[in-house]
Amino acid sequence: MTELIIPAIVSCIVAFLTVYLSTPFLIKYLQKQNQTVQDVNKPGNIMIPRPGGPSIIAGILLSELVLYAFLQLNEILAVMITSFLAFLIGYVDDKRVLSGWFKPIALAIAATPIIFLGAYDSSLAFPIFGDVQIPVLYLGIIILMIPITGNTINSIDVLNGVASGFMTIASFSLSIALFILQNYEMAIVSLPLGLVSLAFYKYHKNPSKIFPGDSGALALGAMYGAIAIVGQIEIIAAVALLPAVINSFLFLASMKKVVEHREIKGKPVEHTDDFKLKATADETAPITLVRIILAGGPLTEKQVGFHIFKLGVFSGILAIITAILVGVSL
Amino acid sequence: MKELYGFLFAMWILILVGGAIVVTILGPIAITGFGELDWLVTSAIQGGIAVSLVIIWIFILLKIKNWIFKKEIKS
Repeated sequence: MTELIIPAIVSCIVAFLTVYLSTPFLIKYLQKQNQTVQDVNKPGNIMIPRPGGPSIIAGILLSELVLYAFLQLNEILAVMITSFLAFLIGYVDDKRVLSGWFKPIALAIAATPIIFLGAYDSSLAFPIFGDVQIPVLYLGIIILMIPITGNTINSIDVLNGVASGFMTIASFSLSIALFILQNYEMAIVSLPLGLVSLAFYKYHKNPSKIFPGDSGALALGAMYGAIAIVGQIEIIAAVALLPAVINSFLFLASMKKVVEHREIKGKPVEHTDDFKLKATADETAPITLVRIILAGGPLTEKQVGFHIFKLGVFSGILAIITAILVGVSL
Repeated sequence: MKELYGFLFAMWILILVGGAIVVTILGPIAITGFGELDWLVTSAIQGGIAVSLVIIWIFILLKIKNWIFKKEIKS
């Protein structure tokens, strides 16, 4: 355990500083290249640079490289390659509009390095009742996990700071769970995700100076999914991600098909005169987490984000309780 | 907002219950009598049960969603 302290500290510093220091340069570069999109939840025509994915992936790769230099684990390579492939898929999607099915299929392919590097264990750990060995079925879980976590994080990237803020909460919950389960190596591998998300949140929070784009959101989501697999905490990871899972679930249940946000005609949310967010009565619009939160009445963008963070903390606590229950056996 | 926390909690309970079913029913399945194909038959049956469980899980979740959010969804 003590030999892991230095790698942990160095990788955390590298993760945080890489994103914290590189993002202002990326913002200037994107502004110069006119790579900006309108912030639709702000009055006027405010243009925000996008994507912030390059600084996010730089933070992930550099910090995990530091860890690999110390630990030489295939699990670290699997996390790095999967996150990078997800970043590339998102970057293509940032540049051109792709079909709703492209990302899930491409992300499933991005999960294959975990299999080829053998960075997984085919048992699934459940709370209280113990483990179950499912060698063949587990390959399917790996292939499904990365598209689910990637798209789930991407789908909550709808308001200033929500994706990076929520990911900070969820990934630190994951790290705490790994420490509880005494999987110290994987706990250290997971720490950079929280610090990368936290450093990016500094620029992404309301009012945003940069948006992560699909490249940033998919890189964060894929890294989260990869850590869940290599750390053997798939169920705990799913619990920590529940608010975002609810968003995807409500969306799919109302739309009844996989569809890109850009292809949806009905608007789930509109603005009041003082530019607060308000749920619409549009029946063609998807039901989303934000729409449900706004059912109680109009709120500012910051207030909605804060509600999502509170849900994130609640599910994070449930994830930690789940980790404790995994250690309990009947 | 209370409804959302309730829905989150219901999902968590469903995960715990699902885990119990998976460990007690899915895990111990071991089909024999097919020679070298035993693992394939076992995996196919486990896969079939897992998919069925997921479908049941989604169905229950839809029912809970409609029950918890009936006011919000109508608004």
